[in-house]
Amino acid sequence: MNLTLLILVPLITAVVVLLMRNKQQVKWISLIGATVQFVLALALLFAYRNEVASGNAEQFLFQQQYDWFPSWHISFHLGVDGISVAMILLTAFVVIAGVLVSWNIEKMTKEFYFLLILLSFGAYGFFISLDLFILFFFLEIAVIPKYLLIGIWGSGKKEYAANKLALMLMGGSALVLVGLLGLYFSTAERTFDLVKLSHLDIPVYVQEICFPLLFVGFGVFTALFPFHTWVPDGHSSAPTAGSMFLAGISMKLGGYGCLRVAAYVMPEGAKEYANIIIILSAIAILYGAFATMMQKDLKYMNAYSSVSHVGFVLFGIGMLTKTAITGAVIQMVSHGLMTALFFAVIGMIYERTHTRQVNEMGGLLKVMPFITTVLFIVGLCSLGLPGLSGFVAEVTVFMGGWEHPDAFHRIATVLACMSIVVTAVYILRAISRTAMGPIKESYSNLTDARWNEKLAAIILIAGILAIGVAPFWLNDLIKPGAEIIMQKFSMVP
Amino acid sequence: MNEFVTLMKPELVITIIIFLLLFIKLGKGIKNDLLLSIIQNLLLLNLAIGFFFNAEGTLFDNMYHTTKLIVFQKSILNFGVYVISLLFAGWFKKTEHLAEFFMLMLSALLGLDFLISSGNFLIFFLSLELATIPLAAMANFDLEKKISSEAAMKMILSSAFSSGILLFGISLIYGATGTINFAELPFKLDGNPLQILAFVFLITAFAFKLSIVPFHLWTADVYEGSPIATTSFLSVISKGGIAFVLISTLYKVFQPMQEVWYNMIMLLSVITMITGNLFALRQQNIKRFLAFSSIAQVGFILVGITANSPEGTSSVVYFILIYTFSNLAAFGVASAISSQTGKEKIDDYKGLYQTNPLLSWVMALALFSLAGIPPTAGFFGKLFLLTAGAAKANYGFILFAALNMIVSLYYYLRVIRSIFMDKNEQPIEKIHIHPSTKFAFIICSAGIILIGMLSWIYDYIQSLTQ
Repeated sequence: MNLTLLILVPLITAVVVLLMRNKQQVKWISLIGATVQFVLALALLFAYRNEVASGNAEQFLFQQQYDWFPSWHISFHLGVDGISVAMILLTAFVVIAGVLVSWNIEKMTKEFYFLLILLSFGAYGFFISLDLFILFFFLEIAVIPKYLLIGIWGSGKKEYAANKLALMLMGGSALVLVGLLGLYFSTAERTFDLVKLSHLDIPVYVQEICFPLLFVGFGVFTALFPFHTWVPDGHSSAPTAGSMFLAGISMKLGGYGCLRVAAYVMPEGAKEYANIIIILSAIAILYGAFATMMQKDLKYMNAYSSVSHVGFVLFGIGMLTKTAITGAVIQMVSHGLMTALFFAVIGMIYERTHTRQVNEMGGLLKVMPFITTVLFIVGLCSLGLPGLSGFVAEVTVFMGGWEHPDAFHRIATVLACMSIVVTAVYILRAISRTAMGPIKESYSNLTDARWNEKLAAIILIAGILAIGVAPFWLNDLIKPGAEIIMQKFSMVP
Repeated sequence: MNEFVTLMKPELVITIIIFLLLFIKLGKGIKNDLLLSIIQNLLLLNLAIGFFFNAEGTLFDNMYHTTKLIVFQKSILNFGVYVISLLFAGWFKKTEHLAEFFMLMLSALLGLDFLISSGNFLIFFLSLELATIPLAAMANFDLEKKISSEAAMKMILSSAFSSGILLFGISLIYGATGTINFAELPFKLDGNPLQILAFVFLITAFAFKLSIVPFHLWTADVYEGSPIATTSFLSVISKGGIAFVLISTLYKVFQPMQEVWYNMIMLLSVITMITGNLFALRQQNIKRFLAFSSIAQVGFILVGITANSPEGTSSVVYFILIYTFSNLAAFGVASAISSQTGKEKIDDYKGLYQTNPLLSWVMALALFSLAGIPPTAGFFGKLFLLTAGAAKANYGFILFAALNMIVSLYYYLRVIRSIFMDKNEQPIEKIHIHPSTKFAFIICSAGIILIGMLSWIYDYIQSLTQ
């Protein structure tokens, strides 16, 4: 399987979209592009499973390497392991759903789709790069489209939110950059290559400086407390597809970076700072959950609950056990699908009722059964109902945390567990106020979901169910990657 | 004789063009349209000749020297001047004294070329004067505007002042070492206090020309008052040329004093970046805005210069190449708008995208490149400057520079926000863009997108510095 296809397809789609003249063409081209990406991602999944089943024990499969700036020892090095395949699948799911949900965008349609596709280009490139320079390149590519998406098509205090998001994310990537330069100059090899770096001995004092830089830098992307403040504003001001991409894909860039770059390359640093990570992420989990309880706006609710849910990713990484890391990756995929679906539903409701305030709604089940059913499903997934993906992910993280016998880890795990109760409170309250009760006069002639919205929802629900009902395939996919990361930790005295 | 022609070819060609323009001017009056296309073609020819029959060597007893890297640097400057001749066609056609403007500009270019090639402080000083005095006349070219004369006055006074300081520095160097020859100086420099004092005067003169803080005060007023064609020459060509010279002076001549100048340049870089950025935050006029942003960019160039390695040279040359494309594109858009509507405020750009999508995209590309956002070339330029600087393992400094990129992003995004997001009842009407300006926009946009991607460009520059 040729991995360059994964970045070429979005690139070509984006260029073709720019050349199109009318809105219909733009939409269809984007949809075709997203479908091709989706098929490619599935093909990658099967190709990867075939390779592994046929006994290929290499860490990164389908590697490709081209020289790029040879004088800096930078090469265009691509390759995937199970973790990246999972993230690519997630991206493909969210992209196709995002394109479908935005079908009714009237304002500057061409530019809107161009930016969406450009964002997906950045995300795919990020997940398949094995050279830290190009990884950084793709990470930064994904920032400015978000700024424009929020600033142009957003709602509410969009300029403020867009600015805050762009500056905070760029601040994060500045930290990442300095950390990467530190890594680059720490070894005699002068290399950005992830595979090479992981086999080199990086001096402990370098790890102690570079690990926090890289972890916090990527952490900003994934709402590490206290750098989460862009999340509520950014998510709630973004257009529907923008929020889906932000929460579904973009926050996962950070989680993946924390795991793959910071923790994997610098195990000593990770051990050193693990307790701080656990404390910060436990705060994020609890704080996010309680903050959600206070929200009245559906989008703000989901944004704060994202802070809480994404906290589990960093929590799992901080635990440094195989189970917890597997759980963290499952949580990334699960939360990506779930939150994308949640934002999609909120977008659908908002488009019809023109409000996102929970108090102003009610009885929507009567007029839009499909949309409300989806809201039920996604809500239950969020509060961790068995059979849906959220349960699998969170349970795995907790089990991983409980593997540590000492009091600190166990207390942290128990505290994090408690957030589930809070989640149940706010989710059930929001759903009951929205869906049940008497319906307002003005809402009585609203229509249900259209074909594109139904299709988007069904695709994402399929993903959630596939993980929830049969988690073993995702687990098998991630396990080898997690094992290799664990091997690095076990070598640390 | 033959060697004289091949080595001094860039300067000779420019001199011939200046004389040609002089004769054209003396003859019967030619329409501006025709004259402009003649000039454009001559400059294209000048650029093209720069790629052929190049040689390395020295002339006049080491007074003049040239290498492949120097030829390449001169080609960057030639290219910039050619783009300027295309970009501001709208303004040039209205100017009464078109031939004179180009004669002055080419004289300044000639000065810069000699400056880059100089091997002796004497020719260094003479060519620096040649490179700055015509600029004052160019700054005065908006004859009916008072602000333009004011700009010229500030320009000439500050450059006279800095020349004086430079001369004083040179005389101290001669007093301390007994030579002004670049080839002999490194063997005589040992970093004693007198030499350090002389060096401080020299750096001050450089700082004036490059508008390094705290010697930047003339910059914003001159940029604002001058016609945009002059401003862009000042901020791109003149800055680029002098940065090239600063590098070779520091790396070759003052190599024995590198501990001294490392700290000095680092300090200047820190205060230049932060001052340029903080002042750019509050500017309303697009020319002043670009002036302060270019001050911040110079701070970045200094980060690369601190590297004191071949990578330092190549990353600075690479950055200036990219900066030429990006900054000229930004000035081009500003000029297209101001020459037709007279509007120069950032707030006037509100809603520009509704009426002028092409100009908006070019501006966005240019600003993203200046801010260092991928996939534009500016990203690679800035990253390589930082990487080169990081080799000194001074990570606090590098982190400071990286965080400054965030500050600069804020004000670049402010312009982007005006163009794309803000609503305006009466946006700027549809601007008619001169065909040659359009062509220049295409060149600049292509450069901004491609220079970063095509890694052989950087590798070529790197190979020149070995």
